[in-house]
Amino acid sequence: MTLSATAGRLAAEVTTSAAAETHGFLSPTGVEISFVLVGLVTFGAALVTVTTRQLVHAALWLVVTLGGLAVEYLLLTAEFIAWVQVLIYVGSVVVLLLFGLMLTRAPIGRSPDADSGNRWAALTVAVVSAAALVWVVVDAFRTTWIDLDGPAAGATAVTGASLFQNWVLPFEALSVLLLAALVGAIVLSRKTTPGTTADPSTGKAPTAGAPAKPGPAKSRPAAEPESARARTGEVGPAEPEPAEARPAKAGTGEPRPTAPRTDEGGVR
Amino acid sequence: MNDVLDVTLRLLIVFVVFLAFPLVVGQTEHKVMAHMQGRLGPMYAGGFHGWAQLVADGVKFAQKEDVVPAGADRRIFQLAPAVALLPYLLVLVAIPIGPGEGAVGQAVDAGIFFVLAVMGVGVLGSLMAGWASANKFSLLGGLRTAAQLLAYELPMLLAAASVAMAAGTVSLPGILDAFEWWWLPWQIVGAIVFFVAGLAELQRPPFDMPVADSEIIFGAYTEYTGLRFALFLLAEYAGIVVLCGLTTVLFLGGWHGPWGADGLGWVWTLLKTAVLAFIVIWLRVTYPRLREDQLQKLSWTLLVPLALAQIALTGIVKVVIS
Repeated sequence: MTLSATAGRLAAEVTTSAAAETHGFLSPTGVEISFVLVGLVTFGAALVTVTTRQLVHAALWLVVTLGGLAVEYLLLTAEFIAWVQVLIYVGSVVVLLLFGLMLTRAPIGRSPDADSGNRWAALTVAVVSAAALVWVVVDAFRTTWIDLDGPAAGATAVTGASLFQNWVLPFEALSVLLLAALVGAIVLSRKTTPGTTADPSTGKAPTAGAPAKPGPAKSRPAAEPESARARTGEVGPAEPEPAEARPAKAGTGEPRPTAPRTDEGGVR
Repeated sequence: MNDVLDVTLRLLIVFVVFLAFPLVVGQTEHKVMAHMQGRLGPMYAGGFHGWAQLVADGVKFAQKEDVVPAGADRRIFQLAPAVALLPYLLVLVAIPIGPGEGAVGQAVDAGIFFVLAVMGVGVLGSLMAGWASANKFSLLGGLRTAAQLLAYELPMLLAAASVAMAAGTVSLPGILDAFEWWWLPWQIVGAIVFFVAGLAELQRPPFDMPVADSEIIFGAYTEYTGLRFALFLLAEYAGIVVLCGLTTVLFLGGWHGPWGADGLGWVWTLLKTAVLAFIVIWLRVTYPRLREDQLQKLSWTLLVPLALAQIALTGIVKVVIS
């Protein structure tokens, strides 16, 4: 999403800055120098991310990589994209990653078994996709320069207008994709073994187990409770299962949705 | 030259605020908690009602030995307090305390996203501390921190988005410029959701499950001593200042007040922030700690729907009045 938005902003910018001939590679400005330097740091951090043998360090180097990308967006005047990058990737994705690591295995020190036999295949795919991206970007923008002196070309208003005027269709298609991923996650997490009497409409244990429970938890909208359930289910292993989450009568035998997933590679 | 001086002065002021206000909140917490519990609190340090107690605490922390456990991941263990503390300093730069250009450290175009993004980074410090300590209690604390952040980031963001929709801008000074008094009842649900979610993100009681001292000692900070521990504490109180300041700016109108908004706008901002900080302390004394499942349930089944309802209400009202 961020990539397409950035591309959109830059594409809108192509028309306004035709003064390419006044720029040269031999007398770089401070912004250009820092752009290259930050890019090198980002690239280095990305390399360390995939080569380090310490799992948690890889996640933390990913923070550096994503933060470096955010700085690059800032230097390209795309402030909004930069902060969203930090908010989504550093604030949420990496936290989720660390959470998963800590929940399953996060040894201090090296993990020699963390190597994959697919490293050459992975390297090939990485190089090919990087080459494709670089080719597309270079071919699309050539010698387009952003005018840094005028109003910010990537300001929030500009980005929003570009996103919702020129790029609405990809935006909506992406949101449908995310919705599909969400539904898929819900379907996976509430997989029940055959022969149980799980209520398909709710997929959860009867709440009659907590008759005296105070009211606020009753107001559930259509989409939220399943994801909420998935999240709480993931927290479950570290915590004792709450009393009211259990079925009132043990006879119904409905397994908790995420129970088989607590061990990695558990029963499918 | 003038620009350099201007920028330096602003950063200096922000830095002083960053160092002083958390101490003021901390001292207030000592005294308010004590009086709410029928005690006196610190009375001796500094002479008058123990005003210098936190200074004395700071000196004590500085004297302690800085211990890194043998099994810990040394570098990350030592880096964690800085990662926890610095984001709040950065956020403080973007919070406007008065009208006009002069009353904000640095006007950020996408201010709401900036503050929320940077605040989210601060939690990484707790995660790093929890993992790098090589201690089961710390790891549990780190896990709970992460779970809590994942649950409460969303309602906080949604509530802030509601204000941005109302104001038609994501810049913090812009939101204050657009503020009208009737936003207060209009956005009150969002305000409560934002404040509660912020409290949970700061791991303040009653949302202090990640540092629940009676269960997991002190969560992610169990192994920390001396100055590094003091930095984590400072981060917590700086977080209170930032959260109260943000709630003031986003929902309570910041420098707007019944009178004197032009000259004394900053007094209104500080007053509102102080009242909110008092409420934070009050909540700590009043409520018992929420259990982990209650925490998650509160967020996903109450705060998120409320925030979505607030966004819907904001959208409807916005369409009607425009």
